[in-house]
Amino acid sequence: MPDFLLLMKSELMITLIIFILLIIKLGKGLRNEQILTLIQVLLLVNTAIAAIITEPGKLFGEMFQSNSLICLQKTFISLALYLVSLAFSGWFRKTEHLTEFFVLMLSSVLGMYFLLSAGNLLMLFLSLELSTLPVAALANFELEKKKSAEAAMKMILSSAFSTGIMLFGISLFYGATGTLEFVQLAGAVHINNLQLMALVFLISAFAFKLSVVPFHLWTADVYQGSPTPVTAFLSVISKATMAFVLAALLFKVLAVFEPAWHWLLVWLSLATMLIGNLFAIRQTNIKRFLAFSSIAQVGFILAGMTGTAVSGTASVSFFILVYIFSNLAAFVVAGILSDQFQVEDLEGFRGLRKKNPFLAWMMALAVFSLAGIPPAAGFFGKIFLLGSGAYSGHVWFILLAALNMVVSLYYYLKIIRLMFMEESAADPVIYSVSRSEKFTLVICASGIVFTGVFSWIYDYIYRISS
Amino acid sequence: MNNPGLYHMLFVSTALFFIGVYGFFTRRNLITMLMSIELILNSVCLNFIAFNKYAWPGKMDGLFFTLFIIAAAAAEAALAIAIIINLYRSHNTIDVNAAEEMKY
Repeated sequence: MPDFLLLMKSELMITLIIFILLIIKLGKGLRNEQILTLIQVLLLVNTAIAAIITEPGKLFGEMFQSNSLICLQKTFISLALYLVSLAFSGWFRKTEHLTEFFVLMLSSVLGMYFLLSAGNLLMLFLSLELSTLPVAALANFELEKKKSAEAAMKMILSSAFSTGIMLFGISLFYGATGTLEFVQLAGAVHINNLQLMALVFLISAFAFKLSVVPFHLWTADVYQGSPTPVTAFLSVISKATMAFVLAALLFKVLAVFEPAWHWLLVWLSLATMLIGNLFAIRQTNIKRFLAFSSIAQVGFILAGMTGTAVSGTASVSFFILVYIFSNLAAFVVAGILSDQFQVEDLEGFRGLRKKNPFLAWMMALAVFSLAGIPPAAGFFGKIFLLGSGAYSGHVWFILLAALNMVVSLYYYLKIIRLMFMEESAADPVIYSVSRSEKFTLVICASGIVFTGVFSWIYDYIYRISS
Repeated sequence: MNNPGLYHMLFVSTALFFIGVYGFFTRRNLITMLMSIELILNSVCLNFIAFNKYAWPGKMDGLFFTLFIIAAAAAEAALAIAIIINLYRSHNTIDVNAAEEMKY
């Protein structure tokens, strides 16, 4: 088999699925359920293909690169995509334009795959555009809703603005070094005023996409206004990719600037944790709540990136794996509640244990993992992140981060209290959970439990990161 | 009068960039905000061409990058205008201050 087919297997597979969907759209007569089943099967195949870890290699004059770590990261994203397609089947069945929805979502994922594999700043820019533009269209998918239009407007304007900022940074790097290729760039950059300005522009653009604090203002509004599957996609898959890419950029290409971006990340991380936590406390809408909780989680991811190259990459990758399972489980439960009863309020969780014990326990597990309470994998994820941050030797920084975990317990446990200790005033309604939703929740729950317990997972990630 | 050099070009492009940023932050009309973003992108194009011509005349990277920026900016503008039209249908205005259903 030629290199080309093996190295680009995930990209080719996603492109193939997009074409299959477009052809299905041309023909008539397939019902939503049939299309959805087909998509789920294809995405499962895609996950299996992505999980084949290949040898490192480069294509198209170093435009495209691949190695074991990138393969693994693509597997995480494929898995999360498969789970999203399973989890929101209730919403997908009802939607009128199912194929268009998946064509847009898969285009965005294609952009993310290329983003992870980018070996050139031009490739980075193009794939970043491909991964963000379709999501803005997805945010607008409920055309008749005012909130959806508002969310899409905020998303497209902020992402276009951040792209402009990133391009300005890239143009300054090009002016200073005369190259766009990562390998040559890593050798050509050195600290001076012009390149520091370029660095700040580049990092701010990624901070926009990752919703790091001074650039987080779009996050909660877009999460709240978009349809729940899109919110889950944005918060799990899109955020995971951006974290991977930022880590790769900082450690591989911009490693020379370590003294400069180290302190930048320390302060951004502290601000992100603190503001995310403080704003999460006062939220009453579950999607806004999860938006601010995910902002706080990004603060911890940045704390992990302040460490050494290997520990930073490994701990971020491991945490993202855990984060995919825990955040997705929370979104699935929230999606079921909002889908069946149009409840998007935290009050919808009141007395959930009586109404549906399965959902209540799954939500509890997800929340424990997000808060970082020991048996759940989130605890180990955060231990590794803070342990990586501790390499730089700022004890006060790690202490402040740990204190922030305590603050976050307050609002996470608020949900547990609502579900388990309080009775709902209304008559108990039984939320029905479909088979695919149950399956997703079980996968997420086993992911939350086992990724923490099996130490070989982290060992493996650590080995391929070095 | 001397011929314009790299610094003249960079002055123009940087000024254009910050005019764009200023416009994006102060204007309240969505179309004008979109125009500000286009200003930012055009300033980047100017940057790339100036660097390509004066600093790295042997390489074509900057010129190619400019072509891709123009194409991507067109796609972005098309999508943004579609979203703005949809916003106009539901809100009957394209003032960002009107889209304030979700806050804090």
